[in-house]
Amino acid sequence: MSLSTVETLSSRTTGSQDASIVSIAKKNARVSRYMVSPSVLVLLLWMIVPLSMTIYFSLIRYNLLYPGENEFVGFENYEFFLTDEGFFAGMGNTLLLVGFTLLITVVLGVLISVLVNKAFWGRGIVRVMLISPFFIMPTVNALVWKNLLLHPVSGVFAAVWTFFGAEPIDWFTHYPLTAIIMIVSWQWLPFAILILMTALQSLDQEQQEAARLDGAGPWALFYHITLPHLARPIAVVVMIETIFLLSIFAEIFTTTGGGPGYETTNLAYLIYSQALLQFDVGLASAGGLIAVLLANIAAFFLVRMIGKNLTEA
Amino acid sequence: MSNLTIKNLKKSYADTEILKGINLDIKDHEFVVFVGPSGCGKSTLLRTIAGLEEATSGNIYLDEREITDVAPAKRDLAMVFQTYALYPHMTVRKNMSFALELAGTNKSEIETKVNEAARILELQPLLDRKPKELSGGQRQRVAIGRSIVRHPKVFLFDEPLSNLDAALRVQMRLELARLHHDLNATMIYVTHDQIEAMTLADKVVVLNQGHIEQVGTPMELYHRPANQFVAGFMGMPKMSFLPGQIIAGDNSGLQVQLASGSKLEVPVRAEGLTKGSTITLGIRPEHIQVTDQQEGRFKGRLDVTEHLGSDTFCYVQTSAKETLTVRTPGDFSGRFGDTVGLNFDAAHCHLFGSDGRSLERIQSNF
Repeated sequence: MSLSTVETLSSRTTGSQDASIVSIAKKNARVSRYMVSPSVLVLLLWMIVPLSMTIYFSLIRYNLLYPGENEFVGFENYEFFLTDEGFFAGMGNTLLLVGFTLLITVVLGVLISVLVNKAFWGRGIVRVMLISPFFIMPTVNALVWKNLLLHPVSGVFAAVWTFFGAEPIDWFTHYPLTAIIMIVSWQWLPFAILILMTALQSLDQEQQEAARLDGAGPWALFYHITLPHLARPIAVVVMIETIFLLSIFAEIFTTTGGGPGYETTNLAYLIYSQALLQFDVGLASAGGLIAVLLANIAAFFLVRMIGKNLTEA
Repeated sequence: MSNLTIKNLKKSYADTEILKGINLDIKDHEFVVFVGPSGCGKSTLLRTIAGLEEATSGNIYLDEREITDVAPAKRDLAMVFQTYALYPHMTVRKNMSFALELAGTNKSEIETKVNEAARILELQPLLDRKPKELSGGQRQRVAIGRSIVRHPKVFLFDEPLSNLDAALRVQMRLELARLHHDLNATMIYVTHDQIEAMTLADKVVVLNQGHIEQVGTPMELYHRPANQFVAGFMGMPKMSFLPGQIIAGDNSGLQVQLASGSKLEVPVRAEGLTKGSTITLGIRPEHIQVTDQQEGRFKGRLDVTEHLGSDTFCYVQTSAKETLTVRTPGDFSGRFGDTVGLNFDAAHCHLFGSDGRSLERIQSNF
C-alpha cells in the first residue's frame, strides 16, 4: 500500500476515531518502550561502564605499585604500549597462532568430515569421539598436552620418538609456538568438523550422482561439488574461530607463560602480563583498547572477504 | 545406433528383491516409458541402467557392448533427475559444459555444443545465470541441456516433471515430445503418471513389484491389457471390475453371469475354461452409458458424481454391491441416491481369469 492510500484511508475515518487510534498507538509505543527499557539499560551499563572505565584508566597513570599517583598522562600509555618490545612480538604471535590454527582446522576439518561422511561400521562412535575434544576445558586440555603428550621425559610423543631411536623433542623449549598451535588446533578441530560434517549431510545426493554421470571421479567430485558446497560453512568456521582465537589465553598461561622470552606471548597474554604481572593497569587498559581496535580492523576485512559469501543466495 | 538390451536383470538390497528378472529390448529412436505404482522398481531399473546402482545379476547391452559393470560416465548415457540436480555454484553455461570439460574437450568445441543445446532449448539469454535465478521450468530445461551437450546414445529421465506445477507440467510434456522428435534420440522415461506415459511413449513398460507386467504401445495397453493389473492401472478413472461366473462357452464367445444376475456374451476365446469357474469382468467408464431405469442391463444407485465440466464421472452401486464408474457428458444431472439404468456393449468388456490374465478376444476391432 502506498503512503497516499494510507492517507486517504485514514482521512475517511471520522476525526474522533482518528484521534483515538493515534492515542492508542502512542500508548502502545510508550508501554513497549517501558517494557524493553530494563534490558536495554542493563545492556548499556554492561557495555558503557567497563568501556568508559578502560578509556579513563588508559589516560591516567595507574600502577598498583604506586597507589595514589593517578595523574592524567594523555596518550603516554598508548605510546608505551606500542613501543614496548612485546607489542610487535605479540602481534606477530597472534597472527601466526590464528593463521596456522585456521589453516590446520579447516584443512583437516574438511578432510576428516568428508571421510566420516561415508557410511562405515562404528561411524556414530567415531563422530562422537571426533567432537569430544571440544568439551574439554582449555586449561585441562593444555595441561594434558603439556604433561602427558609433549613432556620431553614422560610424554607420549617422547616415547614414540625414543621407540624410533630419535632424540625426544622438548617442545615448549624449542618449538613453543608450534606446541601452542598444536594444542589450540586440537581444541578447535572438532568445531570445524562439527560444522562441516553437518553441512555435508545437506549435500544433494542427486547432484553427486549427476556429477558421477558427467564423468567426475572422486577427486573431481570433491573439488567441483563438495568443496563449493562447503564454501559457506568454511566461511562460518573461519569467522567464528578467528573471533575466539584472537583472545587465546588459558593455553598459553598453563603451558609456557608467554615464554621463552616473548615467543608465545600474544596480545591477550601481553595485556594480562602488564596488568597483573607488572601491575600497570593504565598501560594494560591502553593495550586492551588497541587490541579492540585491531580486532575490529580484522573483523572488517573478514566480513568484507567472507561476509559477502554468507549473504549471497 | 542405440539399441539397449536388458537380459534377466536382478537387483536386491540385502533380503529384498527389487527387480526380479527384467528382460527388455529398447530400439533405436524409441521413447520408452517405465510406469508403475510407487515401489514397483521403475526408478531402480533406470538407475541400474545408468550405472548408479549395481546389478545383482543379469546383463545390460548397449549396441552389442556389455555395459553392466561399466562406470556410469563411460556408458554413453545421460540422465535428467527429478530434482534437476543442477550444480548451484555454476552458471547455466558451466553446468552444461561440466561433463565436456571433465572429458577434456577443447574450448571451441564446448562452446559450439553448449550454444547448440542452448538454441534447441531456448536458453541463450540465461546462459550466464546461476540455477537459483531460474524458474522451475527453466531449471528443468538446463538439466535437459546438460544431457544434450554430451550427445549420449540414450537419454534417461527420472520423473522429470513431478516437481513442476500442473500447468508447467503439461507445457514441458509437449516440449519433451517435440525434443524427442527433433533430436530423434532414444529416450527412457520413468513416471508414475499414466497420462505422461500415454502421451509421450512409443512403448510403455508397465512394472509391478519388480517384474514387467506388459510391454506395448499405449493403445495396445489400453485396448488389450495383458492382465487385470495393467487394465486397472491404465485409464482414468480406473476400469471397473465385476465378479462373475462362466455359464457356457462356444466359438462366438463366453456366456457370463454377473453377481447381480444379469447375463451377457463376451467375444473371447473359451479354450481351457470350465463351466462354473469364476472370472472377473472389466469395463471402462467411457464404455458404459447411463440410461432410463427400465432399459438398462443393470440398475444402480448413484453414489458420488464428479463434475469436471467436459465430463461427469458417476460412481454407481448395483444391487449386488458392485461399484461401477461411468463417464457421462458434462451436463449430466443425476443426483446422489437416484436410481439409474446402465448399459454397455459386451464387445467392450474385458474378461480376466482367476489368475488375473486376460482372456484373448476373438475379433479385435481396436
